[in-house]
Amino acid sequence: MRSSSSNLALRFWQALILVGVFAAWHLLTAPGILPPIYFDDPHRAPFLFGEPLKVFSRIWVWFAGGDIYRHLWVTLVETLLAFVIGTVAGLAMGIWLALAPTASAIFDPYIKALNAMPRVILAPIFFVWFGLGIASKVALGVTLVFFIVFFNVYQGVREVSPVVLANVRMLGASPKQLLRYVYLPSAMSWVFASLHNAVGLAFVGAVVGEYLGSSEGVGYLILQAEGVFDINTVFAGILVLTVFALVLDWVVTLAEKRLMGWQPRSGETERI
Amino acid sequence: MSFALALENITCTFVSREDRAVRYTAVKDTTLSVAPGEFVSVVGPTGCGKTTLLNVAAGLLEPSTGKVSVFGEPLAGINTRAGYLFQSEALMPWRNALDNITAGLEFRGLEAREYLEKGNDWLRRVGLGGFGDRYPHQLSGGMRKRVSLAQTLILDPQILLMDEPFSALDVQTRQLMENELLELWSANRKSVVFITHDLEEAIALADRVVVLSAGPATHPIGDYRIDIPRPRDVAEVRLVPRFIELHREIWHAMKDEVLKGYAQQLQ
Repeated sequence: MRSSSSNLALRFWQALILVGVFAAWHLLTAPGILPPIYFDDPHRAPFLFGEPLKVFSRIWVWFAGGDIYRHLWVTLVETLLAFVIGTVAGLAMGIWLALAPTASAIFDPYIKALNAMPRVILAPIFFVWFGLGIASKVALGVTLVFFIVFFNVYQGVREVSPVVLANVRMLGASPKQLLRYVYLPSAMSWVFASLHNAVGLAFVGAVVGEYLGSSEGVGYLILQAEGVFDINTVFAGILVLTVFALVLDWVVTLAEKRLMGWQPRSGETERI
Repeated sequence: MSFALALENITCTFVSREDRAVRYTAVKDTTLSVAPGEFVSVVGPTGCGKTTLLNVAAGLLEPSTGKVSVFGEPLAGINTRAGYLFQSEALMPWRNALDNITAGLEFRGLEAREYLEKGNDWLRRVGLGGFGDRYPHQLSGGMRKRVSLAQTLILDPQILLMDEPFSALDVQTRQLMENELLELWSANRKSVVFITHDLEEAIALADRVVVLSAGPATHPIGDYRIDIPRPRDVAEVRLVPRFIELHREIWHAMKDEVLKGYAQQLQ
């Protein structure tokens, strides 16, 4: 356990880096502070790289005016739907193929092919199939999440200790009970190992989908701003998305801590 | 009299998955029977197919030829009258000690109140009262073995199959566990097949010691009755003259096989 004072020092340095980055950004882009180094026109730099103060005021306007909430909500719903559907499908498919060697052997080349394919190129097809609403973004996210979860579950089920399996069978578990009490918990530990990646990819699916064609969502805001060369709004959107992704990741960490309490953590000692 | 467990002319030949022509006969023409309430130790050099034999008795492995019968009935599938104590870690790491112990009762469809009561009782009986909420990784090796023991005994099996259950423990813990096993066993005599490579352990615990030859094609080469009176203390029984006599006699028969097994491992 790190002592609280060195923990505080750590936070201080982390905050300092953040402040430093924004300060440098401001100094290098605000017109008239530094003599022009590279660009002849002092308005060239802010045009290309934005200005942090304007970026922040844009974010302030979004949140104070309440404009952003609708878009954040849409992106959140798309992310969560893609995440849940992709995870459940990956879990079911992973367990099934891991327990059915023949089916697994038959499907093997197709799964490899689908996984190797850059799935973002499916977006146009999904737009045709599902329209420009939420469904097409969810579909894109699902194709990204599914394979991560699928491969992890597949691995997890196949690596269940044969001794644990034999033991549970000797204790009288039926095949159904084996699935519920052994394969599923074992697979879940692998699912959680991939959860951070899966949430990240669900988010990528949602935002990329919005960026390629939509009427709502944070990706749509960025697309709109880019269309009129409003670089400050683009950066504001990126910042909001980053913070949003951090929050999602933090929620996953919380869930993981709660559900995976049985897993050993290195250096865990008994406190009496 | 019908035996609790009877293995007749068991042969187990394993075929390589890659090349059907590569075969390995682990056990050959082995006959072994255990009377109700009898404690039989099976000793043999490392890698001689003891575990294979036990897996056959448990119904986890189907023999190539031969017959297994349990209380006179031919065995098909898992041996539901037997409990199995494995050599390596067999607890479910995602369940705490109490939930591991009650797993078998849960599978049988008992109500939570009922199996938790029994589970807590067994937790105390194996000296782990207050450790019920610990996960396996939070317990020591000896404690995990106690959980395994309780997990098996809570189902009250008529036959207990034990595969070197204490071989991973240090000497002191091991003797404690052996004494506890004897105590639990004498309270409610089950038929036991106890596999070990340690002759002293075999003699100290058993009514009968069966010696196996070195692999491949393992078969029994000796069968000795251990006429040392019970109750025994595994630490003290080693000093009894009869123990030393039996040890000398059985070791004499085993020695060549052990050397054979050792030489094979070096190859």
